[in-house]
Amino acid sequence: MIRTRIAYLLIGCTTASLTRCSPVDRVPATVHVQQEHTDWSTGLIAYEATWPDKFGIGRPADKKFIDRWDIDVRPDGKGLPKGRGLAKNGAAVYRKKCASCHGANGYEGPEDKLVTDPTGGNTIGNYWPYATTIFDYVRRAMPFDAPGSLTDQEVYDITAYLLYLNGIIEEGNVITEESLPRVEMPAKKRYVLDDRRGGPEIR
Amino acid sequence: MSVERDYFLQIRGLVRWLTATVAIFLALVAGLVWYQHTSRGVKEPSFDSKIVVDPGKVQGAPSSEVGYRSKYDSPKRIATYATASRTPLEELQGTITPSDLHFERHHAGIPDIDPEQHELLIHGLVDRPIRLKLSDLKKYPSVSRICFIECSGNFRYGKREMTPGEVCGLTSQSEWTGVLLSTVLRDLGVKPEAKWLLAEGADGALMARSVPLQEALTEAIIAYGQNGEAIRPQQGYPMRLVIPGFEGNTQIKWLRRIELTDQPVMTREETSKYTEKVKNGKIRMFSLVMDARSIITYPAYPKRIEKGWQELRGIAWSGRGKVTKVLVSVDNGKSWQEAHLQGPVLEKAHTAFKLMWHWDGKPTRVLSRAIDETGYEQPTYKQLVKAREARGGYHFNPIVGWDIEKTGEAYLADVEDI
Repeated sequence: MIRTRIAYLLIGCTTASLTRCSPVDRVPATVHVQQEHTDWSTGLIAYEATWPDKFGIGRPADKKFIDRWDIDVRPDGKGLPKGRGLAKNGAAVYRKKCASCHGANGYEGPEDKLVTDPTGGNTIGNYWPYATTIFDYVRRAMPFDAPGSLTDQEVYDITAYLLYLNGIIEEGNVITEESLPRVEMPAKKRYVLDDRRGGPEIR
Repeated sequence: MSVERDYFLQIRGLVRWLTATVAIFLALVAGLVWYQHTSRGVKEPSFDSKIVVDPGKVQGAPSSEVGYRSKYDSPKRIATYATASRTPLEELQGTITPSDLHFERHHAGIPDIDPEQHELLIHGLVDRPIRLKLSDLKKYPSVSRICFIECSGNFRYGKREMTPGEVCGLTSQSEWTGVLLSTVLRDLGVKPEAKWLLAEGADGALMARSVPLQEALTEAIIAYGQNGEAIRPQQGYPMRLVIPGFEGNTQIKWLRRIELTDQPVMTREETSKYTEKVKNGKIRMFSLVMDARSIITYPAYPKRIEKGWQELRGIAWSGRGKVTKVLVSVDNGKSWQEAHLQGPVLEKAHTAFKLMWHWDGKPTRVLSRAIDETGYEQPTYKQLVKAREARGGYHFNPIVGWDIEKTGEAYLADVEDI
């Protein structure tokens, strides 16, 4: 008797649940499911909370390794090696390694004009705000077909030569790690920081 | 009736029938010729019936390890220089740029880097400088983000026969995957005096840029993935910096060194390049964020449209956040309508816009202007020239458009006349 009742109960429940769970009932047409996961950082803070305090990935870099790679030269002279550059010596290096792209006098091209001449265009003399950038860039990336091949001595001499050709130093001036950061570039006073901030004003 | 008479009638009937047949045939030919002339050169393809193939009756090609494009639709980058190539914006669908069509700009060629030989050094104003290999980077919690990368020198004009890609194809969009810079720096102990970072590449130019640390910390990614696979060599394999919304040059490819500093290094690329002349003889530097911009990619040169309904399409983007609105004019700026933006609209991402347009066949000019969530409205060329007292330079993002001629041909509109 009890078994029969349980059986009826089961049948009844199953029927009821089947009826209630028909697809039409399950998806109310009026509910719109809002998708919130459209931003790249959605949920990131909660995910970060599961991270360990330290990952400890990678290996420590020692001073020797860093010194070998740390090649940049800043306007305050940090990064400059000890050295003495002379325009006279730079002229010889320039003729051999630079003139084919930048012209015999630094303004004939075909590549970037380096020296100011009456025909206009951006040059070291009229557009570069810091003299240290010449050293940094020449050592970093020049000559184009053999980047990084110049010695620090050659870079110092070329830097002196380019400053001389642009009328910024005298031919006999010695360029050193002390004097290069003190060279005042004519274009420096023209430089301003970006003032665009979005919003309606066009700048 | 005589036999002759009967014979004559039969011949006459035959001649009449032949004449009628020839006349109908000639009329059909003339009609066809007339139709082909008047349908503006649009001709049915003239297949040799022997080579018409029903693909349903032929065994197809086998599977392959790497897929390929249909030979009938195979867009190419616009490669004008050895150091740059442009994305053919007018050939693309949606907003993701196929990785092999992502624009390229490099200053000493593309290096060939074996990831086993490559390391990223992070040092400077940190307590614990480290060296990371690609396999190390992949151990950190990862992040993926869809955003555009645009070169700040991305505006060319000067002739009517220019495609969208030629005008501003130095912008592309990918899903970038990597680790947030902030996640890596968290482990190293950033010293309070650190205000800038120098990022440096391992290419022949050792490309280097200084970026304000605070701005980079919020969103910068050290990325190793692009659209589901490793970054392509042209885009910085094995790792690059991605700083959503910033000018492309700061997003150093082939990244090998990050140095935290108290002041910018003032590299050549942030002084003598990637700076722009502005009013009063000044030169603007560290103009890092890309302002809002848009371009209609259809209709556009070299496409030709037909009278009637068409979907005018384009992309809009802003380095300052989401594009909130794109206004389109189909009457040379007399009136503007709001285009439909394809959702989800993402921050600092190419956003597709569309407008159904019924072209009546009369010559006109179509224009688009993007508006972003800061309220910035993409300016006209004249507005930019007035604001900067300069007729070009980096970060030049004027409204551009297309002159539709009565033949349906589209040509780049004179930007100085918009």
